[in-house]
Amino acid sequence: MSTDVPSLEVEGVRFGYGGAKGFALQDVGFTVPAGSFTGLLGVNGAGKSTLLGVLTRLFEPTAGTVRVCGHALADRPLRALAAMGVVFQQPTLDLDLTVRQNLSYAAGLRGMARRDADARIAGLLERFALADRAGAKVRLLNGGHRRRVELARALLHRPRLLILDEPTVGLDLPSRRALVEHVHALCREEGVAALWATHLIDEVRDGDRAVLIDHGRVVAEGAVPELLAHSGAASLEGAFQALTGRAAA
Amino acid sequence: MSLALHGRALNAVVRRELLRFVGQRGRFVSALVRPLVWLLVFAAGFRAALGVSVQPPYETYITYETYIVPGLLAMVLLFNGMQSSLSMVYDREMGSMRLLLISPVRREFLLAAKLLAGAAVGILQCYAFLAVAALSGVTVPPIGWLAVLPALLLAGLMLGAVGMLLSSTIRQLENFAGVMNFVIFPTFFLSSALYPLWKMRESSELLWMICSANPFTHAVELIRFALHGQVGWEALGWVAGATLLFLGASFRAYDPGKGLMARKAGAGEA
Repeated sequence: MSTDVPSLEVEGVRFGYGGAKGFALQDVGFTVPAGSFTGLLGVNGAGKSTLLGVLTRLFEPTAGTVRVCGHALADRPLRALAAMGVVFQQPTLDLDLTVRQNLSYAAGLRGMARRDADARIAGLLERFALADRAGAKVRLLNGGHRRRVELARALLHRPRLLILDEPTVGLDLPSRRALVEHVHALCREEGVAALWATHLIDEVRDGDRAVLIDHGRVVAEGAVPELLAHSGAASLEGAFQALTGRAAA
Repeated sequence: MSLALHGRALNAVVRRELLRFVGQRGRFVSALVRPLVWLLVFAAGFRAALGVSVQPPYETYITYETYIVPGLLAMVLLFNGMQSSLSMVYDREMGSMRLLLISPVRREFLLAAKLLAGAAVGILQCYAFLAVAALSGVTVPPIGWLAVLPALLLAGLMLGAVGMLLSSTIRQLENFAGVMNFVIFPTFFLSSALYPLWKMRESSELLWMICSANPFTHAVELIRFALHGQVGWEALGWVAGATLLFLGASFRAYDPGKGLMARKAGAGEA
């Protein structure tokens, strides 16, 4: 895949849950370049989870297009889904299965051959320092370990785009920092693009990109230094406040 | 999309369901004890009150225990289908349904794989029940052990599809108790599981009509004929038709564009 093709392109996406609430997303558009770490920033209720629901094809938008590595989600959903890995906000591991069984299940769902899957699982367990927990039931793992298993699971099929929905919710500070670093390392070393939804602005670094979302609309998008220059703020928190009129978490 | 890829996805779904089932011993025990209580306690008491005359596929007078075995097999599948529905609501609340739905395999295939996995678990329970029933003296013809397999599979798929449809309409896990009252009990009692339909007709024409239109009745009859190495063609038609209907409706319910998922998500996500 050429690095010229963005890992994710979102154009004019609109979505409503129906009823009198109106649209939860209004003409949302932004780009996640290949290999970039892009923070999707917004307060709770801004529309981040809804947007990620659209990006992962849980909901179909009423208007607009989503392209993953050049594949339109509406026209070629299976190719688009094959190019993405997802870490959900809610923990989605099977607590009564072991770490390895959970990973094997996900590899099977992704259509990976047994031998390829076993080798990949071993490599990822090693990478995330989980090798000694492979046979442990997930129920016995702490929150930080579970999140690492979910990250490993999202990477099994070597996706070019990683979508993470508030992945640090419920983690203690060291686990949170470690997870942020893990994903930055993936972008840096393996060229994976990450879209990291969060309301914790300190998880986005100076060299990253950010998409600011508020009331279901994209308020600003770009590299962090550009956003600082645009808003005249000294920090991303300040830029967020200046551009959305809301205090950052 | 290759055959191998689909095979691997199917294998993964079935394997997970079996692993979960093996891990939940309580579920297995209750799946076995429930029909056995009906067979060994209820049927023994009821035998004196209800004589069952000769009717197809039976060639002679039969005991009441023999009569209710097919109904109890269908009950095992009914409870299992609802249990699968419960686990799908749980999966959705816990989010693991989303893992299934982002897999790059057609959604209909994955949902069908999930149904097949659920039916496989139900069939294991059915054979365990048949074995314990045989040990306690209630036997079926040897050919029945094999012939009943496709009938159990089809009935299991039908009841699983009902469960899947229900799972798409139940908003929260807490609402599941309602399913017990409004789905399982009427389905079971308004069928030929416990009494022949002609008996029902003697007491109420209306109830008889409802029982005759209940797909569960036909699942019971399909199993009853299969246990005697015969095909109940009418029942087969009903069950196959109902399976397709419920399957189509549940595929639609889980479709991101047309289905109920989007409406439902409004409650939990922002």
